[in-house]
Amino acid sequence: MTDRALVVVRAGALTTLQDRGRPGHAHLGVPRSGALDAPAAALVNRLVGNHADAAVLETTLDGCAVRPRSAVTMAVGGAPCPVTLDGRPAAWGTQLWVPGGALLDLGPARSGVRSYLAVSGGVAVERVLGSRSTDLLSGLGPAPLTDGTVLPLGPPAMVHARVDVVPHPAPPTELVLRVTPGPRDDWFTAAALRTFTTHPYTVSSASNRIGLRTEGPALERAVTGELPSEGMVLGAVQVPPDGRPVVFLADHPTTGGYPVIAVADPADLSAAAQAAPGTPVRFVAVRRRG
Amino acid sequence: MRVLPAGDRALLIEVASGEEAQALHAELLRRRASGELTAAEIVPAARTVLLDGLDAPARLAERLVSWEVPPAPPRAEDVVEMRVRYDGPDLADVAAHWGVAPDEVARIHAAAEFRVAFCGFAPGFGYLTGLPREVPRRATPRTAVPAGSVALAGPYTGVYPRSSPGGWQLIGTTDAVLWDHTREPAALLTPGTRVRFVPVGAP
Repeated sequence: MTDRALVVVRAGALTTLQDRGRPGHAHLGVPRSGALDAPAAALVNRLVGNHADAAVLETTLDGCAVRPRSAVTMAVGGAPCPVTLDGRPAAWGTQLWVPGGALLDLGPARSGVRSYLAVSGGVAVERVLGSRSTDLLSGLGPAPLTDGTVLPLGPPAMVHARVDVVPHPAPPTELVLRVTPGPRDDWFTAAALRTFTTHPYTVSSASNRIGLRTEGPALERAVTGELPSEGMVLGAVQVPPDGRPVVFLADHPTTGGYPVIAVADPADLSAAAQAAPGTPVRFVAVRRRG
Repeated sequence: MRVLPAGDRALLIEVASGEEAQALHAELLRRRASGELTAAEIVPAARTVLLDGLDAPARLAERLVSWEVPPAPPRAEDVVEMRVRYDGPDLADVAAHWGVAPDEVARIHAAAEFRVAFCGFAPGFGYLTGLPREVPRRATPRTAVPAGSVALAGPYTGVYPRSSPGGWQLIGTTDAVLWDHTREPAALLTPGTRVRFVPVGAP
């Protein structure tokens, strides 16, 4: 029997396992979690012939390095980065045949934040509530990877890859988030509502998988009382006491006590996942659909 | 009842009290079970219920306001009983807030019947209502509260499922396992569950 496992040689700043997360448990206080750039994770899975729900590695800014114990197909996507196989340049965004014992290295992101590495068969750690995702808010799922972690791999799914190569995303020079107002826009002054959608913000270095934090003009509240805890949706733009909007990403808390001025279109959150600190952010008000 | 849109696929329904929120939550679960409502998530909280993963929230919002919401029915299942040692470090502070002796705190707490109003903060952490008195949070939160700590804040009682930072007043300890993802169901407490605390051991 071949040893289907992947050894993490260099874990990088923060590399986690992610699949499509564990939605449906918010009423128990369980965040949805899952790959922040879901389309990128889905693409690398397709490249190696995995099912869409297979677990992939999600890196943060400086990549990672892994060594499979037996031959596997791998693919790197998401944030573009240099890829090497045993020190020789290898391709980003396509299938890579990696012999057992070879070292695949993902370098620092050239643009964007999070690169994705899929391995044929997927990473087969134990599921927690149906998902193998690491949840950094509540600690569910596997811990962030460390040097020396050995990850079991599942049997190759033999799903024929319907793509050979993925389009290279243009580096986002500006993050545009389409927002619809509410549910708590009435907690803010008219001036704050205007500022929110007309003044540019920038991505803060304090951003993480829980939320995209921003720097920019503080949004003044019209209602100063305390908001009793209420349910939070993905993409909620919460305004904490410092007045700077925070956009909730996959590991966001299921309830919160700061008012949500608007909700960002979930379709824009994969771009938010790739917006490096310092990237300009614009919140653009759009009409509600549905 | 006020229905507030939250993005393109969710509605936040706001009511006047915690009791109304619990009744609304029970009614929404009933309607989802009967097929009248399709929602990926139904998340109760202090004064609201969030419906997420809706296909046509605007149309639902129009229908919602006319729905009759009966008071929350008692749930059929047995009461969850949690054995508690009332040995928490904040017993004296809570007693002082209430103007009673420290062992009275245990008596008052163990005499109440609780109901999980909602969950949040951490997987398996329930906000339990039913205590006849309130107590403020600690002025300075602790950096680490041990798992199993029975705690009070505002109108709520809660039990920490795992060690975490926390600002609630700690009055006791339980060995009950609040969260175990290998168990089905993983959470001991879910919204609507009735709970009693049973004192054990010497003070």
